[in-house]
Amino acid sequence: MSSAINASVRRFIGENFLFREDLRSIKDDDSFMDAGIIDSTGVLELVFFVETTYGIEVGDEEIVPENIDSISAIVRYVQRKLSAPLIHAVEQPSMEHAVHAG
Amino acid sequence: MCGIAGYCSLSGGGLPPPGVLQRMVGAIRHRGPDGEGVHISRRAGLGHARLSIIDIEGGKQPLSNEDDSVWVTLNGEIFNYVELRNELAARGHAFRTHSDTETIVHAYEEFGADCVTAFNGDFAFAIWDERRSRLLLARDRMGVRPVYYTVRNGALAFASEVKALLQYPGVRAELDPVALDQCFTFWFPLAPRTPYKGIFELPPGHLLTVEDGKVTLKAYWKLSYPSAGEADAADRRSEGEVAEELRALLIDATRIRLRADVPVGAYLSGGLDSSAITALIKLFPQSGLRTFSVNFESAEFDETAWQQQVVAALRTQHSTIRCAGADIAALFPEVIRHTERPLLRTAPAPLYMLSKLVRENGFKVVMTGEGADEVLGGYDIFKEAKVRRFWARQPQSRWRPRLLGRLYPYLSGLQKQPQAYLEAFFRTGIDRPGDALFSHLPRFDATRRAKRFFSDELRGALGGAADGAPGGYDAMEEMRDSLPGDFQSWHPLSQAQYLETTHLLPGYILSSQGDRVAMAHAVEGRFPFLDHRVVEFAARIPPRMKLKGLREKHILREAVAPYLPDIIAQRPKQPYRAPESVCFTGPGAPQYVGELLSPRAIAATGWFEPKAVRKLLAKCQTGMPIGNSDNMALVGILSTQLLDHLYVSEKAAPAEAPAVACA
Repeated sequence: MSSAINASVRRFIGENFLFREDLRSIKDDDSFMDAGIIDSTGVLELVFFVETTYGIEVGDEEIVPENIDSISAIVRYVQRKLSAPLIHAVEQPSMEHAVHAG
Repeated sequence: MCGIAGYCSLSGGGLPPPGVLQRMVGAIRHRGPDGEGVHISRRAGLGHARLSIIDIEGGKQPLSNEDDSVWVTLNGEIFNYVELRNELAARGHAFRTHSDTETIVHAYEEFGADCVTAFNGDFAFAIWDERRSRLLLARDRMGVRPVYYTVRNGALAFASEVKALLQYPGVRAELDPVALDQCFTFWFPLAPRTPYKGIFELPPGHLLTVEDGKVTLKAYWKLSYPSAGEADAADRRSEGEVAEELRALLIDATRIRLRADVPVGAYLSGGLDSSAITALIKLFPQSGLRTFSVNFESAEFDETAWQQQVVAALRTQHSTIRCAGADIAALFPEVIRHTERPLLRTAPAPLYMLSKLVRENGFKVVMTGEGADEVLGGYDIFKEAKVRRFWARQPQSRWRPRLLGRLYPYLSGLQKQPQAYLEAFFRTGIDRPGDALFSHLPRFDATRRAKRFFSDELRGALGGAADGAPGGYDAMEEMRDSLPGDFQSWHPLSQAQYLETTHLLPGYILSSQGDRVAMAHAVEGRFPFLDHRVVEFAARIPPRMKLKGLREKHILREAVAPYLPDIIAQRPKQPYRAPESVCFTGPGAPQYVGELLSPRAIAATGWFEPKAVRKLLAKCQTGMPIGNSDNMALVGILSTQLLDHLYVSEKAAPAEAPAVACA
């Protein structure tokens, strides 16, 4: 799954932020801010893309460089958000079970 | 107020036939629809397109002194002409008209070239001294009125607008790469440079003399600030005293700007500055004050509610025009034809519509609040710089940058921006508080992103690498080099004010947003805040009285408090802005946009990279909200393409609007 997310994020970056640069020259771990590829308003475009493409809700406090400042960071963040509900579903019944058992 | 044009011989060489001067004047007829005049002598020609405001009957130009040895052609007004005239008459000069223009020739007779320092006004004029075979070209201190010049075939030609110079034999429009770089860094070229090679702008506060075959330039006025340490120590004035003196100066500046033989109206945006001017006008006797404003469909830009409050409080008769994105797009080519330079913002277009409204209501003169933000510390950039400097003292601080969120109470788009990215924007240069351009680094950086679209050829012409790596011409370094020697000794607020007042004000606000779009409909703007006595006084006001904490224009609010309802006097700044790229990319976008931004058209002019522009246009057409840098890039590229189409390409006739424009 991560390679599919990687490809889709790469395509979005290429279409919307790389007007002159070759997409291939951007490595997965390159910081967008350091490279000057995305400015402070560009990040909102990125959030909009992530929310609409993957159907996830990005909280204000999650809009930090650790989550979105490189292709790898975005892939990790999206994967984390997409897997989170499964973890939640596994935990809840065992707690309820423990309560009822008590 | 009007348009001027002319020429003089440099080396005793031949001058063009009289028809040339008529054509030069004809090209700026929109500035002066009330009459035209020329005076041609053996070595010079002066031309004038008149907008009659003072002495309608008698004030025809060009006009002369008692024995026709000194001639003048003036664009603008000498507001203190009444006082000057009395003084000159007392010294024996005989006046034939009641015009302000005539004071110039008599003042020249009396004081020589130094006469310009006696004028309180907005002016660009040419004096031809027949006896000395000397031409004098002068421009006002703040850059309200324009004048351009070029040297061609042994003569110097001058005019209010470049389109008139293009009527002079041998003068062609060719875009200047360095000027383009400056426009895509600062929003304007650095005077005397213009977007056109070999065509120059007389800088504000300068005199140009042509005599004995030589052209010399001299500054007769310079904006200066006290050095930071001295100013605070020596200044014993209280806020009350300063406010009172500022009030008196503003009232007098308004008084002399009401001098006209036609009715005077006012622009009223609803903000503090135009409200203050309107209130000051009402101190003088008049029968009903007409005010005008432009309004927007989009709530983000609209100020209607505020305007209505001021109109009711000051009891003016108000007219307003509604501006939509489609209007801006339809008018944009005509606006560019008037501005004659690339634009990074669409804001001049609604103001073009506003001056048309003024004309349609029978007015030729309006007073506006321009200049208050520059001289009294109103712009957000001044507050930003203050917070950034505070942050720079402890760059690792986590809470200092939290102040950034307080800077923009009005701008919902920016409010949505996450803290980390606001910080990234404002962090620009945080490690360089000693940089002379510190206050302006974030703005320049955001604008310069548009240079990513420069073609390899343009980059090459600037001495830079094709891949955009640093090297070659550095516009910011040129700006640094132009700063006065004592600049770094001034208070940081003064430094930032100087940059805005000396550069952005004449380079963009007074020109593209001011004179060009107002004079497109023969409407003269007058600016009490730019009276040089107000400017000089304001430069000496202690910075803490201008920007008190994060409260902008504090001392102005104190000064005008007696005349305005509290809610207006205390209103925070809402900058004048208009919708940007969205005007050009919706489903109703005019055809010329697609044509001029097509890969074929981009390749034909050669300034930008076709694939990159196509990507930008596609991005803007997705309907996603577009960020500041992309907006500026699209508007900048489109306006440059329009300039090329209107003035440079062989096929275009210089004085006509393009066929692609919608009416």
